[in-house]
Amino acid sequence: MTTYSQVVQYVITGITIGGIYALIALGFTIIYNTTGIINFAQGEFVMLGGMIAVSLATTGLPLLCAALLSVLLVTAVGLLFERLAIHPLKGASIITLIIITIGASIFLKGVAMLIWGKDAVRLPSFSGDKPFHILGATILPQHLWILGITLSVMLLLHLFFEYTILGKAMRASAANRLAATLVGINVRKMAMCSFALSAAIGAVAGIIISPVTFSSYDVGTMLGLKGFCAAIIGGLGSSPGAILGGFLLGILESLGAGFLSSSYKDATAFCILLTVLFLRPRGILGRP
Amino acid sequence: MAKNLRKLPSGRWGIAIFILCLALFPLLTVNNPYYINVMVFVGINTIIVVGLNLLMGYAGQISLGHAAFYGIGAYCSGLLTAKYGCSPWLALPAAVALTASVAYLIGLPTLRLKGHYLAMATLGFGMVVYIVLRQLSWLTGDSSGLMGIPGISIGRFKLDTDLKYYFLVWTMAVGVLMLSRNIVNSRIGRALRAVEGSETAARTLGVDTARYKLQVFALSAAYAGLAGFLYAHFMGFIGPSTFGFKFSIELVTMVVVGGMASIWGSVLGAAFLTILPECLRVAEDYDIVIYGLLLMVVMIFMPKGLTRTTVDLLKSRWTASPVSQTNEE
Amino acid sequence: MFRLNKKLMWLFCLPVLLFVLISGCAKEKKVYKIGAIFAITGPASPLGTPERDTVKLLEDQINQAGGIDGHRLKVIIYDTAGDETKCRMAVKKLIYKDKVLAIIGPSRSGTTLAIIDEVQKAEIPLISCAASIKIVEPVKKWVFKTPQSDVLAVAKIIDYLKERNIDKIAIINVSNPYGISGKEQLDIQAPQAGIQVVAHEEFGQKDPDMTAQLTRIKGTDAQAVICWGTNPGPAIVARNMRQLGMQIPLIQSHGIANKKFIELAGEAAEGVVFPAGRLIVAEELPDSDPQKSLLLKYANDFQQKYGRSADTFGGHAWDALQLVVSALKKAGPDKAKIRDEIENTRNFIGTGGIFNFSPTEHNGLTKEAFVMVTIRDGNWRLLK
Repeated sequence: MTTYSQVVQYVITGITIGGIYALIALGFTIIYNTTGIINFAQGEFVMLGGMIAVSLATTGLPLLCAALLSVLLVTAVGLLFERLAIHPLKGASIITLIIITIGASIFLKGVAMLIWGKDAVRLPSFSGDKPFHILGATILPQHLWILGITLSVMLLLHLFFEYTILGKAMRASAANRLAATLVGINVRKMAMCSFALSAAIGAVAGIIISPVTFSSYDVGTMLGLKGFCAAIIGGLGSSPGAILGGFLLGILESLGAGFLSSSYKDATAFCILLTVLFLRPRGILGRP
Repeated sequence: MAKNLRKLPSGRWGIAIFILCLALFPLLTVNNPYYINVMVFVGINTIIVVGLNLLMGYAGQISLGHAAFYGIGAYCSGLLTAKYGCSPWLALPAAVALTASVAYLIGLPTLRLKGHYLAMATLGFGMVVYIVLRQLSWLTGDSSGLMGIPGISIGRFKLDTDLKYYFLVWTMAVGVLMLSRNIVNSRIGRALRAVEGSETAARTLGVDTARYKLQVFALSAAYAGLAGFLYAHFMGFIGPSTFGFKFSIELVTMVVVGGMASIWGSVLGAAFLTILPECLRVAEDYDIVIYGLLLMVVMIFMPKGLTRTTVDLLKSRWTASPVSQTNEE
Repeated sequence: MFRLNKKLMWLFCLPVLLFVLISGCAKEKKVYKIGAIFAITGPASPLGTPERDTVKLLEDQINQAGGIDGHRLKVIIYDTAGDETKCRMAVKKLIYKDKVLAIIGPSRSGTTLAIIDEVQKAEIPLISCAASIKIVEPVKKWVFKTPQSDVLAVAKIIDYLKERNIDKIAIINVSNPYGISGKEQLDIQAPQAGIQVVAHEEFGQKDPDMTAQLTRIKGTDAQAVICWGTNPGPAIVARNMRQLGMQIPLIQSHGIANKKFIELAGEAAEGVVFPAGRLIVAEELPDSDPQKSLLLKYANDFQQKYGRSADTFGGHAWDALQLVVSALKKAGPDKAKIRDEIENTRNFIGTGGIFNFSPTEHNGLTKEAFVMVTIRDGNWRLLK
């Protein structure tokens, strides 16, 4: 295998995983922008998405139905979480709210463990497992699905924020809460929407990677951390930054594992984070 | 200083009562090694949490990687004593100095910035340290961790039972508590509170905010290093899994649950979250669900933490009574 | 608001009260108490859960059969969450609060090593369910273990490689103590057998993709890949090898000896070879095999009670508990005598092999405890 085709293989792997990181990072960004909270339960949304979809699929539901239903259910969990645990706390400090998200993450993980047990489960691939070759690298159909769905989610989000009233209202309350309230936007309702939206995105991410990487009750923590990492690298609070950070992290991590040392693969990711923070503390596309 | 004079005696009483309770605790539990053992861990956690609380409550910075400093302290002391035959009392200053200087280096570039950049840097730093500890088997001799860390002795007096170690840990913990109390009540403390209130205002008044933040960060890391030292020599064996992200988060949780900017809150938070999982053992598989739920409930109903809620409760009962001053913040 | 706060105070006090109360109760006479600590939650829970279930199953069976010489058996099980600190507290509680006669577990090597000092000091027998050879080497007076050490698994794999004339291998392992320990053993034993290790790769326990590592291996002239890890990592390795079109054989460790691997890897599991205890291929064993009837019974009982198949991890707990129980029968409730009895156990037929303990051997197994198993048509098959 030539070095050239190796590089292609690493980059393709990196792009697929990077897409997932980017989706999770987007989830962080949406909640952070509207509420200022870093939602440590973001990874759990990803886990729930995958687990619920697998459960539904094993009951014989068509894959598409199972996936859609799973996204809806996870969105409901996100809504419920905001209503029950975040919303009632008027005027609590941000750090208190962050601890609540940590509590929620532990709680959701525990519930998932009770419902689904401790073993990993797998969703069937969307269209078979027959690999095909591009530029000397091999790639699974599922990788294309991941990339395609990731990009469409991003496009839909862009359209949502640019062209719908709700999206514009969310952007407005992210930009300036007081001003948004003055023009009649219910900022607190926007917080609810942001939780629902990022739960949905998390669920999508969880569903599309399940066929490749499996789902289990504790898969959320590391994915959540990497997504958070990606959000910071790109610049916390910036959506294009989250996408860029996600893909960058995925590709560099994969190249690092390939050419440097796979023992320190996770360390590579966090070293990138540290380097970015020291050189450009606000992230690559962060607002000054 | 004059302002604090009125407060100090009651605070001193508080500490005296606290020390008395600690001394009596072994008697109350019929010297059962299990309770003593739990209290040793409460003591070790208290030391880290007090430091983290200085950073979070007074300097307004979050660290998501404090377990790493704990780990560096533990491994530094463990390696020096187990591999190189160093005396624990020589390893202690080494561990504390190493953690403090590492913290200084990490804090230097990030603490000059506004916002929670330290949190993000410490998150990354914590993960890197954890992975490095995991890969250390060439140095520690076993992939599970470092074995054969000797116990501590003072002169010829060996601290070989849990009870003896309990007194060592809590002597150090009380020392750390008093030191931190003095810092909070000193010029640095006032400067820090100014930083927490409004950094810009503090800067305008000529407070070198970045320097103070950096000092507190290094101090809190040094505390964690001390705790790591105590942990390593108590356990006799250390493995990397103790010093991961999960524990960092637990520490932050202890600070917030206990109450930010409260020295006693740190003790309470550490005690509550160390003892709680032990109580939940009866719940078997349900323990982490209950733990998560309790954490949420405590934060939802007591957003300012256990101490503040208790103080408010006392205040509402004995309104305008000086008793409420006992719990300083 | 005030009333609410009062309620909340109770909420805080309640755990403290519970802590005192619960630890104060539970005192019955004539009951033999044995402690068990397993990683029931946390990353090692796929090991701890079957161990816990097996112990509960055995406890019921023994008590239904009249207990141990008329004494009811009570196994007190605590979760370590795979964490050294928690494990230490659990052990303390078992020794000083519950006053058990012996302890079985914990599931992980790290947690076991963390409590050895404690057990030695308290002079209570411990039978660990963890793999690392360091637990029993050098021999510690009060510490035993039932799982076959990875040294033996590696030895079995090396034998297999030599039979197949494979002299260049690539290692890929999970970056936890289990994987790293396996890698280290391979690095020691392979050169001694004239086998060259041409690549070392590693992956994280929760890594979603290993194509980068495998692509590197593909670039070498390795004739076989040896993967050391526990689920789900090894399943991803198998699938990624299939994806990259790698034709060389994949040899896994005994860490994949449960049905989950086949389920997760699907097609890619076909042809995978690994060393394992005889439990999973019990039906294929010749009738002359001394372990066969015992293995079949355990597998059936477990399947009946829990509706899923037994695996070798549960087997380790089976062996540990049975060893303690048989020692208890002979020695009575005396910790030192129980220890002596365990050490004197010879030809004990367990699920993991035939145990022969001695003052210098606290694991009691040889590499014959392993057989090579392959996966065909989604099922385990005994190799040769």
